[in-house]
Amino acid sequence: MNLTLKVWRQKGPNDAGKLVEYSAQGVSPDMSFLEMLDVVNEGLIKKGEDAIAFDSDCREGICGMCSLVINGQPHGPELGTATCQLHMRTFSDGDTIVVEPFRARAFPPVKDLAVDRSAFDRIMQAGGYVSVNTGNAPEANANLISHHVAEKAMDAAACIGCGACVAACPNASAMLFVAAKVSQYALLPQGQPERTRRALKMREAMDDEGFGNCSNEYACEAACPKEIKVSNIARFNREHLKASVCSEE
Amino acid sequence: MILDSKVPDGPIEKKWDKHKFETKLVNPANKRKYDVLVVGTGLAGASAAASLAELGYNVKVFCIQDSPRRAHSIAAQGGINAAKNYPNDGDSVWRLFYDTVKGGDFRAREANVYRLAQVSASIIDQCVAQGVPFAREYGGTLSNRSFGGAQVSRTFYARGQTGQQLLLGAYSALMRQVGQGTVSMYPRREMLELVVENGAARGIVCRNLVTGEVESYAGHAVLLCTGGYGNVFYLSTNAASCNVSATWRAHKHGALFANPCYTQIHPTCIPVSGDHQSKLTLMSESLRNDGRVWVPKKKGDKRSPETIPEAERDYYLERKYPSFGNLVPRDVASRNAKSMIDEGKGVGETGLSVYLDFSEAIKRLGAEKIKEKYGNLFDMYHHITDEDPYKVPMRIYPAVHYAMGGLWVDYNLMTTIPGLFCLGEANFSDHGANRLGASALMQGLADGYFVIPYTLGGYLTSTKLPKTDASSPAFKDMEKAVAERTKKLLCVNGKRTPSDFHKELGKIMWDKCGMARNENELKEAISKIAALREQFWKDVKVTASNEEFNQTLERAGRVADYLEFGELLVRDALHRKESCGGHFREEYQTPDGEAKRDDANFSYAAAWEFKGVGQEPVLHKEPLTFENVHLAERNYA
Repeated sequence: MNLTLKVWRQKGPNDAGKLVEYSAQGVSPDMSFLEMLDVVNEGLIKKGEDAIAFDSDCREGICGMCSLVINGQPHGPELGTATCQLHMRTFSDGDTIVVEPFRARAFPPVKDLAVDRSAFDRIMQAGGYVSVNTGNAPEANANLISHHVAEKAMDAAACIGCGACVAACPNASAMLFVAAKVSQYALLPQGQPERTRRALKMREAMDDEGFGNCSNEYACEAACPKEIKVSNIARFNREHLKASVCSEE
Repeated sequence: MILDSKVPDGPIEKKWDKHKFETKLVNPANKRKYDVLVVGTGLAGASAAASLAELGYNVKVFCIQDSPRRAHSIAAQGGINAAKNYPNDGDSVWRLFYDTVKGGDFRAREANVYRLAQVSASIIDQCVAQGVPFAREYGGTLSNRSFGGAQVSRTFYARGQTGQQLLLGAYSALMRQVGQGTVSMYPRREMLELVVENGAARGIVCRNLVTGEVESYAGHAVLLCTGGYGNVFYLSTNAASCNVSATWRAHKHGALFANPCYTQIHPTCIPVSGDHQSKLTLMSESLRNDGRVWVPKKKGDKRSPETIPEAERDYYLERKYPSFGNLVPRDVASRNAKSMIDEGKGVGETGLSVYLDFSEAIKRLGAEKIKEKYGNLFDMYHHITDEDPYKVPMRIYPAVHYAMGGLWVDYNLMTTIPGLFCLGEANFSDHGANRLGASALMQGLADGYFVIPYTLGGYLTSTKLPKTDASSPAFKDMEKAVAERTKKLLCVNGKRTPSDFHKELGKIMWDKCGMARNENELKEAISKIAALREQFWKDVKVTASNEEFNQTLERAGRVADYLEFGELLVRDALHRKESCGGHFREEYQTPDGEAKRDDANFSYAAAWEFKGVGQEPVLHKEPLTFENVHLAERNYA
């Protein structure tokens, strides 16, 4: 396949960026999208040009490091797939593909397609944990957790923290990310002692980082490579409301 | 140099308790006076950093990615072993210890392995308390499954994302400490030098990957938790940024590197599809619980798998190893796949794969049940290959996966440089010549949660460390070395990209030092690597500048280190004139083609001392004695 790429190039956080056109020749349908970019970059380096910067690491859809908005969609056209597992067989010969970074005020640009998502780490620092020091744990089977509750918690815990939900949301809200974490712990007995505090603190941290609010667009769910459900947001809203009204703290 | 493993005396089951008691403690008020630098945030690094900060140490943590949660532990799928014996099927600390020593083909240090088995149960307790959503039975208890190399079900799992869930558990503990101000987090930093002052590790020099600035950090101890070196083969199941640079730089400063030739080739990976490929994708070996491995009996049989009748299929693992069947250890499964393919029985377009067939399990359990157990793995396979494994058998091929070798450490996890510790996959200590499935997660967390919090204090209380800071000459020298090296990489301005060199190195490694090795090819590899290294420094092309986010430059630095390290790996393979675990020398095999150890001459850990690039390294031996598990030929029939 031969493709035309329009790629966002931006030298640094304070430089102006623009779309630059490249041609990708002889693309195999078995390549992943990132492998296609690797090939383009090899060509650029050989020509003495700066390679296109983009984040990726595990390349098997689990580390959450890869990003990219491809033809307007975070992680591209295939549902439930991170960019690293998007294969070129999804595209056709002669296609023009626009590649941009995840854009949000809370994700400042680093270079080209790479952005800074450390805001997510800071939200986690506010309450995305169970306060249990090493060595302080009861016997693992002391708390029984029914199969379906464990599965539900796992559905929420599957979030890879990539930020596609933020990039997809017209408000650049991080609600799905935060809700997934709050839900995981709200469902499990281990999360109960800090349940209200967590909902309040994480919500506050999200607002402080400059993420927008949720207006029920459901774009986050559509973009999520792990298909995290918006029902988690509903749960988070309930948790937050309860905490705001009845918290002892 | 005499390698002192510092293994405490006494019966094996008492060693760790005795050692913990005899190790001096750091007074709680004094802990905050110590700065500890932790490099890497996988299971070992994140768990160590969080645990040490909880104890009161001042911790600084460095990672190469944009967030500590990205570390490659996240990709581990199948599970984590622990001697809980919940299924009541005969497991015990002793059996996990025995299985691990035997699985490692009697090339691990007994005392370390015993300790690993001992703390394994506490790891599960800790992770559950953190809210890790392990799989559960309907009654609410934790589920277990079986894994290769064991006849009991001792593996705990969270679907096919166990590594992710355990890492997020450790990451959440780490984030809690960052929030409390006891840990300072430095993401997008690459450690490029170790600083050794007055014979002790006192700090690191990093490159800030966003700005290119060279930064120094001083401390009282340095913990390298930087993972394995599988990417020396270019194609592996490792993440793109996995590298050997941190441990290699430490090696060049005097830390001995042990058993680099012990590399694990994982049997259940998705086969290579073309030259463009940047990595190989592993599918958890838990698939071998229900999948049956086979090839057609006839060579070059090109029929589609469903049209090949039962009688014309060779379920070779079940045939050769009736008691373990498809659940033989990884090295055995990989080697057998290779020999089937070498016999011309490989399947798929390239002939470089074997079948992993679920049709019988789907008939027996129903597609729904299979989906529940392996859904994400099946989806992943489908995505990558465009073939539906619910309908046609998967095709699998072995790929480089894990490094059993690493920096030599003593019982305290300290390297041969005082104050430099090494945890997790980056060290050599627990898996011998072959790691059993679901044991990497166990070791990473054992080291970080339950070993280093005790042993680090012992070092700090018994050592007088003069004051130092990042302005001292030792730091300035290393900063200069980093800057010069970067400049050198940028100045070559040749014609070939760093990846191009990496691919060529990987091909040499895989062809000459992969699943089967022999003297002639290993010798050939040494000279080819040396020639490639020389060419690299004449012809590599790194574009753009140091003062920016420059991934080409990062990659070039890592490839340069691999070009040095690869040679050591091959030299180790050449010197070890026996076959054991992941190291298979064609000259040393039993009549049935199984690995043949030479215990009389090679029952030792080979720890190499750096003598200069291209110079022959010096071998130091740590003799391995087996007082509790009797040396025997590994037999899985």
